[in-house]
Amino acid sequence: MAKVDYEIPELQEYVEVPELESGTMAHSAPYVAKPEFQEPLGYVGEVQDDWKEKTLDAMGDMLGKYRGLQVFMDSCVKCGSCTDKCHYYLGTKDPLNMPVARQDLMRRVYRRYFTFAGKFFGKLGMPEFVGAKELEREDLDEWFSYYHQCSQCRRCSVFCPYGIDTAEITMAAREILARVGIGQKYSNEIIGKVYKIGNNLGLPGPALEDTLEGLEEDVEDETGVKVLYPLDKKGADILLVTPSADFFAEPHVDGLIGYGKVFHEAGVSWTLSTTASEAANFGMFIGSYENMRKISLRIREAALELGVKRIVFGECGHAWRVAYSFLNTLAGPFDFLDPEYPVPQHILEFTWNEIQKGTLNLDPSRNDDMTLTFHDSCNVARATRMGDEPGGQFTIPRNVIKSVCNNYVDMDPDTIYEKTFCCGGGGGLLTDDLMEIRIKGGMPRMTALNNVIEESGVTHMAAICAICKSQFTKILPYYGMEMDQIVSVHQLVSNALILTGQVDEDDEDTDEEAA
Amino acid sequence: MPIEVNGKTFETDEEGYLANINEWEPGVAEVMAKEDELELTDEHWDIINFLREYYEEYQIAPAVRVLTKAVSKKLGKEKGNSKYLYGLFPYGPGKQACRYAGLPKPTGCV
Repeated sequence: MAKVDYEIPELQEYVEVPELESGTMAHSAPYVAKPEFQEPLGYVGEVQDDWKEKTLDAMGDMLGKYRGLQVFMDSCVKCGSCTDKCHYYLGTKDPLNMPVARQDLMRRVYRRYFTFAGKFFGKLGMPEFVGAKELEREDLDEWFSYYHQCSQCRRCSVFCPYGIDTAEITMAAREILARVGIGQKYSNEIIGKVYKIGNNLGLPGPALEDTLEGLEEDVEDETGVKVLYPLDKKGADILLVTPSADFFAEPHVDGLIGYGKVFHEAGVSWTLSTTASEAANFGMFIGSYENMRKISLRIREAALELGVKRIVFGECGHAWRVAYSFLNTLAGPFDFLDPEYPVPQHILEFTWNEIQKGTLNLDPSRNDDMTLTFHDSCNVARATRMGDEPGGQFTIPRNVIKSVCNNYVDMDPDTIYEKTFCCGGGGGLLTDDLMEIRIKGGMPRMTALNNVIEESGVTHMAAICAICKSQFTKILPYYGMEMDQIVSVHQLVSNALILTGQVDEDDEDTDEEAA
Repeated sequence: MPIEVNGKTFETDEEGYLANINEWEPGVAEVMAKEDELELTDEHWDIINFLREYYEEYQIAPAVRVLTKAVSKKLGKEKGNSKYLYGLFPYGPGKQACRYAGLPKPTGCV
């Protein structure tokens, strides 16, 4: 755990609505993308003299394209329902992190240039009379700061009586900024890597192959069973599209091992793809329809090239939102896939089906060293579904966990299901330059977790999103917990799943000793 | 912010990663570690050297599991885990150790 020069929130029994402290996070901003990261995405490299015209043109363009944005700009009545719902406000006390106030940074400029009242009073030199504001260069910096203190988690939207979707406003603001030349380095560099190499990490084919071979060896060492983790296998039934963090990081990779074991036991043929070796779609984070579409098309191309019949997504939160809600529009129609199966399908839907069919030999006692809770990832919870019943995105992950673990406890009901708190690192904020906001924004979730640890003896929290897993790994130690208390759901499945013909490594040792 | 090593200047990016991996020399790691108030031991160098070898072959830092497996083979099973690596590099093996080794920062959801 690295040292920090800011205060880490102290966990209390309840999250209290803090007294306002203006400007506590005004200094927070991610690195600005250099021209080399802007241009491959179709953006201007740097801010030009015509920034004002560009900003207003971009805003006008977005308002015309996205009716929702126009409605969200117009319909807020400042009722205040959203104010205390944001983890970043709760963790930072900064009033501009109240969703209504953050939205208003853009809304007041919208009012000045796109409404009659704003234009009229603006010309009289008193735009503030109608909540409007002249656009100044500093506004763009303030947008860049505070629109990167929103993880597009949409918790506030659940409580908004008008259904205003804060994420849409954040996305629009980021797209406007990028078009003016103020893109975010983290997201834009990553999208460039997806285009150039095929995934967020920049993991080239040979490294991917080596990593997968290593996993095959490990699983065989542990179980005595040769489970395959195939790459670019033409004619496979299933294309698995999973976040590249699953190849790289912990506990993500333990989840990937689990997917492979489930496919193996289900007796289906599957493959990963080098060119579509990434489920994540950061085009959504930066609010760029064009980039989101381009990233999605790789999946279509890989599916066609490999001749698969089905597409299954691994554990990744926003990827599942893009897949479930937008993939068909962005990259469809998928009429070449098998219509008997959902297009696309979530790995948890797949695993839950197999559990119900009884194809998996599960021994939940293999997870008895843990008591689990489950963190609903914001994009999965509030923007998607699983299975064919409402709320499947909540019940299916829990059903799977309970099938493979004997000890399970939910966190405070106000912090799960559709009211779940963001991990603090979503929406393109999972970068070291935003560590302070990530740590502070994680406070509400950490509070709920700490409570079930103390009251119910919870030892581990499971998640189904690569960002959540990485974020918790990083922030848990700041709250006095251990980094490995976060686990993948399919890691739990992997632990409990006894493969056909499995000989446990330990048993083998014992046998050898006995012999 | 450029760093000075034995009188030579090395360009770095905003996050302190070496701009050109080919310019790397052991002194770079020493200077970077000193800035983090960390003293590099043989254990640190084992990791840094492995990272550089792996990068040379695959043009990417090794996955955590690949790294822990290599450590486990070389230094014994009890050291083949992330905790050992985080003990050596508190900012994370992927990020801190890669920076010392002159590798680019691993990006993405990691």
